[in-house]
Amino acid sequence: MAKRIEVSGLNAYYGKTRAIEDISMTIEPRSVTAFIGPSGCGKSTFLRTLNRMHEVIPSARVEGKVLLDEVDLYGAGVDPVAVRRVIGMVFQRPNPFPTMSIYENVVAGLKLNGVRRKGQLDEIVEKSLRGANLWNEVKDRLGRPGAGLSGGQQQRLCIARAIAVEPQVLLMDEPCSALDPISTLAIEDLIANLKDQYTIVIVTHNMQQAARVSDRTAFFNLAGPGKPGRMVEIDETNKIFTNPGEKATEDYITGRFG
Amino acid sequence: MTSETLEQGATGALGGKARKMSTGRLGDRLFGLSAKGSGIVLLAIMAAIAVFLIVKALPALQSDKANFITSQEWNPDASPARFGIAQLAFGTVLSSVLALIIATPIAIGIALFIAFYAPRRLADGLGYVVDLLAAVPSIVYGLWGLQFFVPKMNHVADFLHGHASWIPLFGGDAVGGRCLLTAGIVLAIMILPIISSISREIFLQVPRPNVEAALALGATRWEVIRMAVLPFGRSGMISASMLGLGRALGETIAVALVLGSAAGISLHILKPGGNTFAANIANTFGMAGPNGQSALIASGLVLFVITLLVNMAARAVVARRKEFV
Repeated sequence: MAKRIEVSGLNAYYGKTRAIEDISMTIEPRSVTAFIGPSGCGKSTFLRTLNRMHEVIPSARVEGKVLLDEVDLYGAGVDPVAVRRVIGMVFQRPNPFPTMSIYENVVAGLKLNGVRRKGQLDEIVEKSLRGANLWNEVKDRLGRPGAGLSGGQQQRLCIARAIAVEPQVLLMDEPCSALDPISTLAIEDLIANLKDQYTIVIVTHNMQQAARVSDRTAFFNLAGPGKPGRMVEIDETNKIFTNPGEKATEDYITGRFG
Repeated sequence: MTSETLEQGATGALGGKARKMSTGRLGDRLFGLSAKGSGIVLLAIMAAIAVFLIVKALPALQSDKANFITSQEWNPDASPARFGIAQLAFGTVLSSVLALIIATPIAIGIALFIAFYAPRRLADGLGYVVDLLAAVPSIVYGLWGLQFFVPKMNHVADFLHGHASWIPLFGGDAVGGRCLLTAGIVLAIMILPIISSISREIFLQVPRPNVEAALALGATRWEVIRMAVLPFGRSGMISASMLGLGRALGETIAVALVLGSAAGISLHILKPGGNTFAANIANTFGMAGPNGQSALIASGLVLFVITLLVNMAARAVVARRKEFV
């Protein structure tokens, strides 16, 4: 079910301001790709162009191509709603639906896809919560509010919600930045398990995290003060952190700036 | 809480120094006093109204030879006095509930359109028009209702009676424009802006992350509204409707103009006539004798209690699923 993403010549705008410039890259299936770089360099913006979430902000728009196994997500006649159903997303802050129970949160996406049969839903809820390493903690209180869980549990609930619909790709926008180290570790373990089945893209500010969880790493930076963000390089994570091709990358990972 | 207990609390927790800080500044003291004063004034006004209503109502209630709650008569100045609120309560509640049933879906639809569908400039304009609707004086609604709307409703009533009289609400012997349905529609127009503008404010407060969560799951605009917006706004929409209902229950002059005279208790909402507490007071207070005035005040007391109960019920509904909000 995992698919390859090929991006070419992608620009994203907020109104007249260009936020990211001319990005091209290939994201391999069944692997973890990490985006690192200083704040405001367009990592999250780029991530949001991959499931057409960028354009939900008024006046935001995208130019360029994003191919998901040969299908251009920005092609004519492609419905952004359909794109988001196959490319799941986990956000920086856990955002379970506050009015829904744990169970209802997990099945929220399934209901959109028209899955209604109770037995099937029960099965998927257990599978997804097990997949998100949350089942043992919540199996006795599935009817309780999702917002009543701890921050780390809420984030794993959001991951369960995202994988319940079995997406092709899972996008994670700094999924651990609001969590304590133990919850962070739990999520990193989870990412390692999930990459057998999913194409995972993760934005992170934590370089150790990128080094721990990802197979490939892309380094983003601003082209200059007041200029749009761009991708400096993408390579095997190992290579980026030991022997990067660009001086800017080395400066960043060794802490000389950013 | 009195000022003594406040100070004791502060002293107990923070010691003498904190006490000095909290009482030493003139601005602090003035603000504390004026805030406390405002609270007391509010309670005093409520108490004064309740006491006034009870004291003025008592003589008539004591003179009443009929059952005050169940009687449909209204002859407080006769001897012996016989009167009851059954008709008034029925007309008031039915016209207000009709208004609520008509206004709530439209108002929420308008609020959703303004908050999520309309382009920015259209949304601003529409919001302004809705607020303007609230600024129209109720006498204008009454005159419009009587002069313009009632004649139109004559035809509507005939049509409904002719084609849908199998629905009990539209049955009955005689139908006409000056009926409870017309009053309900006029009231609905009057409470529409309250419900709509409060709902709109609530919808605009829906946390962006919830909306994005729904969008990222592949929800269409309507599905986002169903998943993230309506559940979040549920208690706010109930409060808004109850505020609207409160206004409809107490609305006087528009109803007094639109409806004719008392018409008994009947669920046939196309039947001409009908009466409400407020309209009855407005129509008859000037001509009423001393006992009649007292009786009207007693009916006002009942309206006061009904409104109070509506508000308490609304709070109970809002509190029931608090765990989830």
